[in-house]
Amino acid sequence: MTLFASNSAVETADQFFVLAERWIVAHVPGTARALVADVISAVALLAVFASLFAMTTVLERKGLGRIQNRYGPNRVGPFGILQPLADGIKSLTKEDIVPLAADRWVHYFAPLVLVVAAFSMYAVLPIGRNMVLANMDAGVLFFFAVSSVMEVSIFMAGWSSKNKYSLLGAMRAIAQMISYEVTLILAAVTVVMAAGSLSTVTIVEKQAGYTGILPHWFVLTPWGFAGFVLFMIAATAEANRSPFDLPEGESEIIAGYFTEYSGFKFALFFLGEYIGMFAMSGLGITLFLGGWTAPLSFLTWVPSYLWFFAKLLFLIAMFIWIRGTLPRLRMDQLMNFAWKFLLPLALIDLVAAGLWRFLPNEAVRWIVCSVLVVGSYVLLGRGLARGWKLEKRVYRFAE
Amino acid sequence: MLFTIFAIVTVAGATAVICLRNLVHSVLALIVTFAGLAVVYLLLGAQFVGFAQVLVYIGAVAILIVFAILLTRNTGADVRVSIDDSWVWSGVVVAGVFAVLAWAIYHSSVSHSATLAQPATTTQQIGNALMQQYALPLEVIGLLLTAALIGAVTIALREQKEAR
Amino acid sequence: MTPLTACLLLSAILFAIGLTGALVRRNSILVLIGIELMLNAANLNFIAFWRYGPHPEALTGMMFAVFSIAVAAAEAAVGLALIISLYRHLKSANIDEVTSMSG
Repeated sequence: MTLFASNSAVETADQFFVLAERWIVAHVPGTARALVADVISAVALLAVFASLFAMTTVLERKGLGRIQNRYGPNRVGPFGILQPLADGIKSLTKEDIVPLAADRWVHYFAPLVLVVAAFSMYAVLPIGRNMVLANMDAGVLFFFAVSSVMEVSIFMAGWSSKNKYSLLGAMRAIAQMISYEVTLILAAVTVVMAAGSLSTVTIVEKQAGYTGILPHWFVLTPWGFAGFVLFMIAATAEANRSPFDLPEGESEIIAGYFTEYSGFKFALFFLGEYIGMFAMSGLGITLFLGGWTAPLSFLTWVPSYLWFFAKLLFLIAMFIWIRGTLPRLRMDQLMNFAWKFLLPLALIDLVAAGLWRFLPNEAVRWIVCSVLVVGSYVLLGRGLARGWKLEKRVYRFAE
Repeated sequence: MLFTIFAIVTVAGATAVICLRNLVHSVLALIVTFAGLAVVYLLLGAQFVGFAQVLVYIGAVAILIVFAILLTRNTGADVRVSIDDSWVWSGVVVAGVFAVLAWAIYHSSVSHSATLAQPATTTQQIGNALMQQYALPLEVIGLLLTAALIGAVTIALREQKEAR
Repeated sequence: MTPLTACLLLSAILFAIGLTGALVRRNSILVLIGIELMLNAANLNFIAFWRYGPHPEALTGMMFAVFSIAVAAAEAAVGLALIISLYRHLKSANIDEVTSMSG
């Protein structure tokens, strides 16, 4: 450790934001302290993740551009990095059109509910050591409860627009989100089972140790790896991202449930969607990738929040890569995939996680759990693929 | 103080549910009611039940009702609420039920007992209770949910096959 | 008014509103919603008695509420399946038109 600054400097760098907040809070009268502390944390979360959203929009467009052999935005500012600013000004100054037939109040509140719900999810995410807004006893449950409110806002948007594309998009989105929520929660339950807690802070603490140089992350166990993959697939579907972007498939139903939104409300939907995606990735990091802990034991001197955001950016890059690579699924494929493939795998993964806990020998449990996870994947995949007839599809409604 | 506010929200939501003429508006008011109740649970110190309330009632039951509304072609058209004889009888029944409940609440000895400090219940205790003391009810609930799932699917699916 | 009385009163009001909805409205979905409201009122009672009862550490009321929420989910699924099935038969969700069993 002589190579780096002394231990206390590392500690200060790690806890910098926590100490700064404490310093500010110490200057307010005693009764308002708790409130001020919460407000500061909430504002910080809002600012950081909203700017991450701005950054991601330009990263995504540039990344997709590279994948599709073009440049992407490169006009506003150096290398086009000021593009989000231009987009923001454009959406703010656009006319806010509400359809005449629309249900005004519901139409107005839908994007607000979406954004509020999406931001509330960050309350339980530990983005660094001692950096969590609310360390709730049932934090994971809170996260899923709030994320289910997003479905309501999508329905409100789709129904209140009184547009057939909006309604179709909303029903597709809700059906998809309900189907994939089952897998999402079951994959999270494996970790809850292993950590013995619903509190996100405790779950991260359980993964904080190291064996040699490797961390005790849950993703580095057979059941944890399977759980992580299942979780991220389900999270992609929850966020309506490609290849599960049927609810807003531009070529079929325009923009889905937010077809009839314009100007700033349209931007709010975009914001809510990306914020929801970051939150889901954040929960994936918390549950499987050790939250803010360092990936190798000799890297613990890097401040914890940097690790969280490094992992988050890595997952965002994966999302962009997947979006640029995979084609959109069909509705029946989407549902079959969720109910016939992901759900059984998640249940088997739950059994594997239970076995992992109770098998005594390290080698035995590695072999048993790996065989269970890989075997079920192979057998289920083969079994489902057996019935496939790769031929020209006949459409019943167009006979 | 907080309790009063959210109690008012809950009651207002519930009143809106049965008074609004548009079915979808009713469901949105129902969601407000469920959310208000969840906050009341949180204020009473039942964190786990409060979040479960949001997850199950708003995330599942309300969404199911929305699907049912759209599948029965009630897409937004206002339902006519006609006042007839049944309103009088219903009013009498409801007033009677409420009078009995209120009388019982005011005259029972429990409502005048001293208020205890908030019990410190952790989610871990709930989990332990579910796995030990309440293991059998939990299994039965699992069985019930499976039966309900299969039942709901068969009830809703049968007609479709005949129609094809 | 003690906190327990306030909770019980809120629950009684909710129950009465739910009962009104179930009795007065003619749309079968609204009847189901009324029943859901009554179930919620009962749940609130369980939580209130758990909180202000003499033995909160026994968790009995809390457990009953948890199980009640699970049962309510099953009830809603089956009830709505019945309503959809009924709608396919009668092309209507109005319970006054369900008269084939009346004499």
